[in-house]
Amino acid sequence: MNNINPKADVWVFAEQHNGQLEDVPLELLGKARGLADQLKVELAAVLLGDQVTGLAKRLISYGADKVLVAEHPLLAHYQTNSYCKVICQMIRRYQPQIVLYGATPIGRDLAPRIASELRAGLTADCTDLQIGDHKPANEERVYKDLLFQIRPAFGGNIIATIINYQWWPQMATVREGVMRMAEPNPKRKGRVIKVDVDLTPEDLPLEILQEHQQPRKVNLKAARIIVAGGAGVGSRENFKLIWDLANCLGGAPAGSRAAVDLGFIDHQYQVGQTGTTVRPALYIAIGISGAIQHRAGMEQSQKIVAINKDPDAPIFSIAHYKIVADLNDVVPRMIKALKEKATR
Amino acid sequence: MGYDCVVLVKQVPDTKRITGKVMNDDGTVNRAALPAIFNPEDLNALEVALQIKDRFGGTVTAISMGLPSAADVLREALYRGADKAILITDPRAAASDTLATSYILSCAVRKLSYDMVLCGRQAIDGDTAQVGPQVAQKLGITQITYVEAVEQLDGRSITVRRNIGNGWQLVRTRLPVLMTVIDTANQPRIPAAKRLMRFKKARARCEIERQLREQRPDLEEDKLKDMIGQVTSDLQARGLLIEQWDIDIIGADPTRCGRSGSPTKVHRIQSVVLAAKESKNVEPTDAGISQMISELINDRIIA
Repeated sequence: MNNINPKADVWVFAEQHNGQLEDVPLELLGKARGLADQLKVELAAVLLGDQVTGLAKRLISYGADKVLVAEHPLLAHYQTNSYCKVICQMIRRYQPQIVLYGATPIGRDLAPRIASELRAGLTADCTDLQIGDHKPANEERVYKDLLFQIRPAFGGNIIATIINYQWWPQMATVREGVMRMAEPNPKRKGRVIKVDVDLTPEDLPLEILQEHQQPRKVNLKAARIIVAGGAGVGSRENFKLIWDLANCLGGAPAGSRAAVDLGFIDHQYQVGQTGTTVRPALYIAIGISGAIQHRAGMEQSQKIVAINKDPDAPIFSIAHYKIVADLNDVVPRMIKALKEKATR
Repeated sequence: MGYDCVVLVKQVPDTKRITGKVMNDDGTVNRAALPAIFNPEDLNALEVALQIKDRFGGTVTAISMGLPSAADVLREALYRGADKAILITDPRAAASDTLATSYILSCAVRKLSYDMVLCGRQAIDGDTAQVGPQVAQKLGITQITYVEAVEQLDGRSITVRRNIGNGWQLVRTRLPVLMTVIDTANQPRIPAAKRLMRFKKARARCEIERQLREQRPDLEEDKLKDMIGQVTSDLQARGLLIEQWDIDIIGADPTRCGRSGSPTKVHRIQSVVLAAKESKNVEPTDAGISQMISELINDRIIA
């Protein structure tokens, strides 16, 4: 457990695969930059791997004041125990006040093991982070400048703000795609600090026999325009409407969980709490009723158009443009209108 | 030979059916107000353990920490094929966060002989996926998360396929190991009718006590205690006792359990309210749609 030190750093775990940084640490740096500025402390990225120092520049350009680099051949491939050991050593030594991880398969494997080892608190899958004060009901004292770890809970029916005011570091995993990535500034200056690594083969209990990774074919997070269909589209064949409209707009097709479960579109296109969280400039929801789990994954879109036969569909409560009508009638009209505008 | 598997199972509120007010004033969940179910991915974990037992022999022990009502999921585990069920229930464990929960569970697992500890990846009430890795750390054993299949078991060597999000990984390690299992791993078996008939009478001590108190409110405390003891040893003799452990039995430090052992606290709980936004109704006509598209172009939303 770390001492409570309001001057201590904010850290972001810089997840990388084969020398490529994931998006989520870059998203996190944008958010954490704001938190660190508010706390008037430094922001550090924590980078583990083999020969990865070259990535430090990019982390600095996205907001890090410094990059703590732990390099070792045994860190080339992620394993829970080796990464946990090195990060715990670093946390014990440098005593940061906040440590953030992406809620990726690796982040969700690693962070709880670290929290258990340090006996620290950890909040999973946050969708927002803020700095704020807390007064416990049974104490006179106000704990200032804590990390508010904000997350949906109970299947998205409530939003909980979690704190740890006595046991530091304050740690959280953060969902991918919910924090806005800052514009990188290649002129930003930062320091690279090399950290000693003490590992033995015993710290790698797994033998990785085979690994198969599909390149991410679909990158919904990067799409400026998303056209998403739900159960209301009716069939995989009729989903052609969604693809056509997306095509026309230069956007990406997507589906709700219901559409994926019904086999209308593949899982990698799924938007929502169990799929991808997106925040495009335009989100067109077609035949999607808008369960809370779906809205949680898209409600931060800049403009939302909803098309649904049911005037009471919850999706309309967050839509900017509401079209209460049969999608089979409306979508072709939209395609027609877009083509007309394009040729004009 | 065979393998001893311990499966951690949780009774969870069915979060798909949340209605009305189910939260306590302190922000914790009033679980009693919701239908309670067997956490879905814990059923997948139980199925993995049962398949190992079917193939190699050994034992399957189900452990659940929770309210006395968690005995329900333990009975379900017995219906499906678990050999033994253990209920950890103690008021001092209430309001435990994942750190305290994993501490209590690890103390309980340590009392058993095990080759593998299994649990679902995550529980649908919190969706944290933290307890598995935290139990593994406390036991000092290797964790393998997101398990889809146990491909090979050979002596003390285990080969497992795990889902790593955008692909899969085949890993080998030595027992003991903790595995968290995901929903695509298998189709959990349904309870066997014979086992259901047999184990529907299985009870934990707290259930026996509550039942006797209801049936015999006239009984003096001493008499009652005797009767509880009698019924308990009778059920035990017939293999129908769900063991009940408290934090003293498992040798846990009370300061590391419950609220005092939980670093995370709830600052605030808000119900999800739909954000009221400026919105327009669009007529489903060519003119209405054309107007909307013009606006989106003017706002530079579409090019």
